[in-house]
Amino acid sequence: MAEPRKIRMTVNGQAREGWAEPRRLLADFLREDLGLTGTHIGCEHGICGACTVLLNGEAARSCLMLAVQADGAELMTIEGLARGGVLHPLQEAFWEHHGLQCGFCTPGMLMAAYDFLRVNPDPTEEEIREALSAVLCRCTGYQGIVRAVKAAADRMRSAP
Amino acid sequence: MKPPPFDYYAPASAAEALELLGRYGADARLLAGGQSLVPLLNFRLSAPAVIIDLNRATDLAYIKEETGRVRLGAMTRQRAIEFSPLVKSRLPLLAEATRWVGHLPTRTRGTVGGSLAHSDPAAEYPAVATALDAELVVRGPAGERVVPAAEFFLGLMTTALQPGEMLVEVRLPALASNSGWAFEEFSRRHGDFAIVGIAAMVTTERDRCRSARLAACGAGPVAVRLRGAEEILEQGGLGDLNINAAAARAAELVDPSADLHASVEYRRHLVHVLTRRALKRALERARGGGAAPLRS
Amino acid sequence: MAKWVGQPLKRVEDPRLLTGRGVFVADLPLKDPYAAAILRSPHAHARIRSIDASAALAARGVAGVITGADALAHTQPFAVGVQAPVKYYCLATDKARFVGEPVAVVIARDRYLAEDALELIQVEYEPLPAVVDPEDALKPGAPILHEAAGSNQACHREIVYGDVEGAFAAAAVVIRERFRFPKYSSTPIETYGVVAAYDAASGVLTITSNFMGPFILHALVARALGLAENRLRFVVPPEIGGSFGIKTSIFPYLAVMGLAAMRTGVTVRWIEDRREHLLASSSGVDRVAYRELAARDDGTILAMRTRWYDNVGGYVRSPEPGCTFRPVGNWVGPYRFANLAADAHVVLTNKSLTGPNRGYACGHLYFEIERMVDLLAQRLGMDPAEVRRRNFIQPGQFPYRTPSGGLYDSGDYPAAFERALEAAGYDKLLEEQKRARAAGRLYGVGLAVAVDPSVSNMGYITIALDPAVRARPEYLPKSGAIESATVKIDPLGKVTAILGTAPQGQGHQTIVAQIIADELGLAPGDITVVDEMDTFTRVWGISSGTYSSRFGSVGTSAAALAARKLKDKLVRLACALTEAPAESLVFADGRVMPRGGGSRGLTLKELAGRAHWNTQALPPGMEPALEATAVFGFPLADSPDAQDRVNSSNTYGFIAEVMAVEVDPETAEIKILRYVTVHDAGVIINPLIAEGQIAGGALHGLGGALWEELAYDSEGQFLSGSFIDYLVPSASQAPVIEVEHLATPSPFTTLGAKGLGEASSMTAPAAVANAVSDALAPLGIAITELPITPSRLWHLLDAARRRPR
Ligand code: FES
Ligand code: FES
Repeated sequence: MAEPRKIRMTVNGQAREGWAEPRRLLADFLREDLGLTGTHIGCEHGICGACTVLLNGEAARSCLMLAVQADGAELMTIEGLARGGVLHPLQEAFWEHHGLQCGFCTPGMLMAAYDFLRVNPDPTEEEIREALSAVLCRCTGYQGIVRAVKAAADRMRSAP
Repeated sequence: MKPPPFDYYAPASAAEALELLGRYGADARLLAGGQSLVPLLNFRLSAPAVIIDLNRATDLAYIKEETGRVRLGAMTRQRAIEFSPLVKSRLPLLAEATRWVGHLPTRTRGTVGGSLAHSDPAAEYPAVATALDAELVVRGPAGERVVPAAEFFLGLMTTALQPGEMLVEVRLPALASNSGWAFEEFSRRHGDFAIVGIAAMVTTERDRCRSARLAACGAGPVAVRLRGAEEILEQGGLGDLNINAAAARAAELVDPSADLHASVEYRRHLVHVLTRRALKRALERARGGGAAPLRS
Repeated sequence: MAKWVGQPLKRVEDPRLLTGRGVFVADLPLKDPYAAAILRSPHAHARIRSIDASAALAARGVAGVITGADALAHTQPFAVGVQAPVKYYCLATDKARFVGEPVAVVIARDRYLAEDALELIQVEYEPLPAVVDPEDALKPGAPILHEAAGSNQACHREIVYGDVEGAFAAAAVVIRERFRFPKYSSTPIETYGVVAAYDAASGVLTITSNFMGPFILHALVARALGLAENRLRFVVPPEIGGSFGIKTSIFPYLAVMGLAAMRTGVTVRWIEDRREHLLASSSGVDRVAYRELAARDDGTILAMRTRWYDNVGGYVRSPEPGCTFRPVGNWVGPYRFANLAADAHVVLTNKSLTGPNRGYACGHLYFEIERMVDLLAQRLGMDPAEVRRRNFIQPGQFPYRTPSGGLYDSGDYPAAFERALEAAGYDKLLEEQKRARAAGRLYGVGLAVAVDPSVSNMGYITIALDPAVRARPEYLPKSGAIESATVKIDPLGKVTAILGTAPQGQGHQTIVAQIIADELGLAPGDITVVDEMDTFTRVWGISSGTYSSRFGSVGTSAAALAARKLKDKLVRLACALTEAPAESLVFADGRVMPRGGGSRGLTLKELAGRAHWNTQALPPGMEPALEATAVFGFPLADSPDAQDRVNSSNTYGFIAEVMAVEVDPETAEIKILRYVTVHDAGVIINPLIAEGQIAGGALHGLGGALWEELAYDSEGQFLSGSFIDYLVPSASQAPVIEVEHLATPSPFTTLGAKGLGEASSMTAPAAVANAVSDALAPLGIAITELPITPSRLWHLLDAARRRPR
């Protein structure tokens, strides 16, 4: 039962499949087996949040899941956030407000922020900071990121 | 940091899981939300031959109300607890503590049963269960038994679970009238395990304290019930001086250890401070100021 | 003329990074790669008796195992920057000298299998006593790390500038204090990553990694591996996920993975994991400092004396001991005093190795200086702001030569300082403090000022050597700081700029596009900037790289100069075609035209088309091709003189900060209420990027001051091996940072810009330590050690409250 097994999932709206040993981490499966290298790995123990993806619509650490556990699930990664070449308001706001420097934390940050704004569309700055504390960034001091999430929230609320 | 090899089973029900557990015994580890176990695997600090993954055992995830209490299936996600209106109204102490458990993305996967069975000394849920005299429903080869929280958490990451047994449910008393609650925590960063956390519940009867429930995490090898402090309140009431006396007593009841982040004395001191803060906030809520701020 | 320089343009780098299309080293598509995993010493100090790798070699998927024996047989130790005979190989050979030191490498089909095989390697260790404290390590009887050196002192220099004795003798006030600065890192979220591939036929070893320079380390790796430099190719992928100096110290891994690729013949890929990173990547040094200050009773500082014990860990890894000497030219900070003595000990202990970490040695320096200035103010009962005012170098004194040889290029320290006080509402904060104290609250206001050095002059490092050594005829002096850029125009009139830099999020592509757009009268969108370093194809020098805040001054200078060189050619071409005089031509809106209009002139496209398609018609003597390369070298980066004076950096910015904090009297938690920072980094090219650098740097400094520490127990066991224990500050700790600029252009750079990448990382520890000390002054508490954790601070509070008063 430690042998590789077939894994099927929907990623960014597309049916994908591959083979993986049960111990293979979802983060590695996405990056190495499905070629979706936008999801980053920064700690492999659940603290940095760089590997955050959406699992059935909810943010989760892909370094703390086995690929087999996502068999049959629906995932969204950073590659699926912009639709048809149009940036998501969060992406626009990060660009506008200098919410990234090296960009390594950015995919996880965007996934976590996306989930957060769905459960809390009109957050205070303190709530934003608390939610973003799920993802570590070493470049920005979070200043631009907090501004960006606030701006995106405002924009998403006013958009139809 | 990659997990060692293991055999893997994902049973579809609690019954199947128990059967597997019976078959593999001590070679097997149950995988609940994975927010503690998978890091241990990645660090190769744990190398079980078999992993029994409970995430497909859908019969273990539920929140049900019964007269006077709420039953939570062991695989109920922390996130489900966070957003459950039932928990919010009937188990507000659990709801408040949940905000201190990791972060939203870890609560997506983390479960109530996983947290309780892992029994990390700094985790919030064992403190809530201890304060509220939760009942933990354990199923094993010999059937089901109900273990009171006071007998469940035995020591540093050890519980009353016997080989072949698993935690299937936790039962918590619903909020009584004239009651107030508070969960106070001091941690270095939001979402970290507590340096010290205090779970408090008080029930008043006119000007008296009918009952007080207090437990601490981060202040010993296991969550501790602060019975001596509760008694002070139940006997002497909820006046400021008495609250302070109870808080001082709480600090004497704990047996913290030192680590990189806090000394023994500092942890003990925090038990005092946070117990007082928790009691004040709980009292305010019991008196009808239900909308007291979450953090003082 | 400056239409684009100075604009807060959105970055061209961002769209690819925001959509997951950035290519970091771990993302590179590789043909048939193998994974490496490293076996590391569990002991702080141990003799390695034997290594048995046979079971690992026989394990599934394993292609090879490399050990210290291979390192001894096939490599040379790295050159070290001190005279002590410290042999530093890419793998432990005789002994392990810190927990986490690489002992063996497994090469396998994937990382999972490689880690499986690691567990099969048998190493027989003989544990030895360990020492971790730099003062203890120098005591008689301390365990010796490198027997050949005879002691744990890697380097000792006593340097005196001016008449220190006389100044202390004449002083009305003398302040003495001992400080401890902790060991912390910047832990970029992307860890180290290396891909090494050896082509036996050509003898070329190609190493792709997130190394960011200085490229002098290319020579060190080539020498360690016994390769000619033109057979060793370093390539940097398009993105690096942060570095903050830390990725300089990847170079030993470049050598070890290069060795593995050469020995096994396969493509070796090593992605460091977080545990390895915390255990054994790099950090700043922990320092014990004894500092003395002599002053007049009006607050005028006359002299300072300092004794340092800098803990570089188990070996001296280049560019150490920069930890001690990198800021030598700005050892006096922004102050005028002329007398300074430094007694510097660089010490080996059983801790992990050190190297540049954002602010390289300046966080340490200003923590000491600025705490001392506050202690002086306290002693004299003066406003700390006033003491600083009395001691600043004055605007009329620039360029200013410091006693230790620094040449401060420009500045107006009093004005920037006043700006900071004003922006923070310093007087109001002091009033608030009065009210707060009256109410029993612990409220403090802290100041910190600093000279921000950028673009280190390679020569500074040789201060570690005795002047007598530097005077020997066979000694090769070291100096300089250069950077290159190439700009070319294609036949359709669009521009490509090629840099030899390795940015880690600083937005070089955006900034260079802004600069060239101004120089050539184009829009930034007309310019493509390529910044992927490749030692085989780029123009580079040994000081090249993206470190020491170099880009803001040397990188931008090289880009502007290359554009101007090309422009000269375009002017000659346009003159020949239009017969207009050269002086009358202006570049704007994609055209070259005579000033004042009249003619439409020519578009760049027309001009470029003619130059490319009809080279026979070029003006006589003009070299074909529309391309120019410029190398900018600082004219004032000499090697140290016989009195140990050296201009250790090339531009010197200024920082003034005001911070207000409140300490919870019960939990001792520190809350930062205001944090104002004013920077003079000369001309700011992109304010958005500048603010990002400053805010990020500030949080690095605060991290080290309040949360982060690579901690060891007294036996050398490591206590911070995960992000659970090594506390990287998150968004809920980060304060809002209010940034302002005051620009005095540098006369020494092409655009007047200075570096600012390290910025507030060097002042934040001082600012917060001063603010917390101020908050606790009524209790008689002064902060002298970092990090200020709530637990430690509560013990200080508790002890103070128990003291009879
Ligand atoms: S890589 Fe998953 S949380 Fe850090
Ligand atoms: S942008 Fe570099 S880590 Fe966040």
